[in-house]
Amino acid sequence: MDLWITITIGFKEIWAHKFRSLLTMLGIILGVASLVAMSALVKGMENGLREALVAIGGLEKVTVVEEDVPAWQQQLADQAPGITMRDVYALKDSAPMIKLITPEMRMRGPTVTRQGKAFHPWMIAGTWPSALEMNQHVIAHGRMFNEIDDESARSVCVIGTATRDELFGSPETTGQEIIPIGERININGHLFTIIGMFKHYESDQERKRRELEKNQPKEIKTGPARSRGYGGNRSSFVFRLKNSTIYLPMNTMWIKFRSTAGTNNIPDPRLSGLQLKVADSERMEPALQQARNVLMHTHHGIEDFEFRTQESWSENISQQIRHARVSRGIIAGISLLVGGIGIMNIMFASITERIREIGIRKAVGATTFSIFIQILVESIVIALLGGLAGLVTSYALVRVLAAMSPAENAPQITLASMALAFGFSAGIGVAAGLLPALKAAKLDPIEALRYE
Amino acid sequence: MSLVELRNVSKIYRVGDEEIRALDDVSLDIETGEFISIIGPSGSGKSTLMHILGCLDSPTHGTIRLDDTLIERASPAQLAAIRNQKIGFVFQFFNLLPKLSVAQNVELPMIYAGVSSRERRERAMAALKMVDLENRSKHRPMQLSGGQQQRVAIARALVNRPKIVFADEPTGNLDSHTGETILHLFRELSQQGRTIVLVTHDPEIAAVTPRRIEIRDGKISQTVDAKLAGLDRLSPTPAP
Repeated sequence: MDLWITITIGFKEIWAHKFRSLLTMLGIILGVASLVAMSALVKGMENGLREALVAIGGLEKVTVVEEDVPAWQQQLADQAPGITMRDVYALKDSAPMIKLITPEMRMRGPTVTRQGKAFHPWMIAGTWPSALEMNQHVIAHGRMFNEIDDESARSVCVIGTATRDELFGSPETTGQEIIPIGERININGHLFTIIGMFKHYESDQERKRRELEKNQPKEIKTGPARSRGYGGNRSSFVFRLKNSTIYLPMNTMWIKFRSTAGTNNIPDPRLSGLQLKVADSERMEPALQQARNVLMHTHHGIEDFEFRTQESWSENISQQIRHARVSRGIIAGISLLVGGIGIMNIMFASITERIREIGIRKAVGATTFSIFIQILVESIVIALLGGLAGLVTSYALVRVLAAMSPAENAPQITLASMALAFGFSAGIGVAAGLLPALKAAKLDPIEALRYE
Repeated sequence: MSLVELRNVSKIYRVGDEEIRALDDVSLDIETGEFISIIGPSGSGKSTLMHILGCLDSPTHGTIRLDDTLIERASPAQLAAIRNQKIGFVFQFFNLLPKLSVAQNVELPMIYAGVSSRERRERAMAALKMVDLENRSKHRPMQLSGGQQQRVAIARALVNRPKIVFADEPTGNLDSHTGETILHLFRELSQQGRTIVLVTHDPEIAAVTPRRIEIRDGKISQTVDAKLAGLDRLSPTPAP
């Protein structure tokens, strides 16, 4: 028995009952479409989260933070040096598995003012030019300070767009982009010249929302403008913090703010943080061990520091994605299952209708197996046609979803999810056809021929 | 050696506690080229006999030898192959598949025999020509008259060149005139040397065959051989 003929018979049977077959397929179509669309949504979410992970510096970034001296070294607490530039130079000289080192000296309670406007940025830090690479910053206008600026402790700074928005006006309110390079601002009472500005950081989602709003006619604002809290916009946390960063040269920070401005005018050489980038993220553990050895040496064996990796963050992301995948997969799986039950139901009805036909086929020489295959192929053909239609539908569905909420993370159809959904529909075709095919194949030819 | 040898065949059905002997110790020989009728009232066991002869069913006791093949407790797949290769059926209700065209209906047995599509088409057309329906090959069975449908069924029964053709009340659903033409067709086929077994309850129809076997209560009650009785003027003698 030719398989091709069996498949043709299947198609004919489906074509003979167009409407019934379409209704039957609908379950599979919806199941496949929802599975693909769901996974496209999850993929979009995943892309958004990965974007955020990259924005904070990627997986190979490690932060060294100051910790309390452990209990068994309490007697040495007053000798704990904290993280200082000494550590930075030691690591630079003796830890070859560390690719990039960026010291960071933050200012406590910073205020930036200009012409009666004030702004409290999230962070003002003295650092090295390498902070650019370390924290994935991009200079959009002007330049980053360099080693000479640092060496001579010049009063220059590089700001983010949030500072510009607050002190000079944002593009949305002024209607044009102000580039404040060369302007002067007050940082805690000291005059600084802006020499560079970072690009505006935002997620894909925010960029889309902003572009949408740009095309809408502006609302006419009445009454006093009210602040809507931190930063005044709705952008996501990670990007908001990144935008309200101000970098100064390390030495400028030290000389202008730290060497005299300690609590009792005692200089405070401690760094607020030290960021490392490991050369090879696969070999994170040995690199950290190397860094620890160096730091234990400079700290005279006092363990008053700790390494913090981004792993928990990334694990969190994966977990969130896993949850989304499972819950949405279950929904799609249920609709596929319902579709399969629909197919099984219709196949049972179909063979009851065709008992006589099966009897005739058996009388002229059809074997049990060929009847079995015929019914099974019919069921598989229905499921596969439904699966194909479902893939087309899912494409349309994703387009509709994307059009309905353009500001969300763009759903992305993956080939794997399409293959999975199509494979599932084939499997369901087999599973749903099995019982009806078995029933048809086991019919007794004499009784089937007598059946009215 | 005979084409069909039935030896001491019994078929017993159980309905609850009751035992029904549909066939009781029947022995029968059918020679190649014979035109024979099995006659009996309804419930006599003639259908059961035909089913067993036609390999649609297997007997409870006894043996059948068909074309030198012993069929004893054959598997359903083997029975299907024998039906396909050696046996043709013509039924009272024609039993054509309504969704297929006339030609496709005739091709059906060859599909299960694994004949190539080109040869199938040629042989189906040849078989239709034999029953004078080659110009109806694209029609659906429902577009044909009863007599035409029965001729399609005969073409289907013959298309795989079976050793033996069983016709179960082939005129039962036709008016008497059409029925006669069908019987005439069977007689012609018999003259061409085919082995044909006619199953009927009607003695008039059975009269066209030289040899008649009467079944009553599962047993062969009477055998009439036209040649022996000198009645062969009613029908021509079968070709050797």
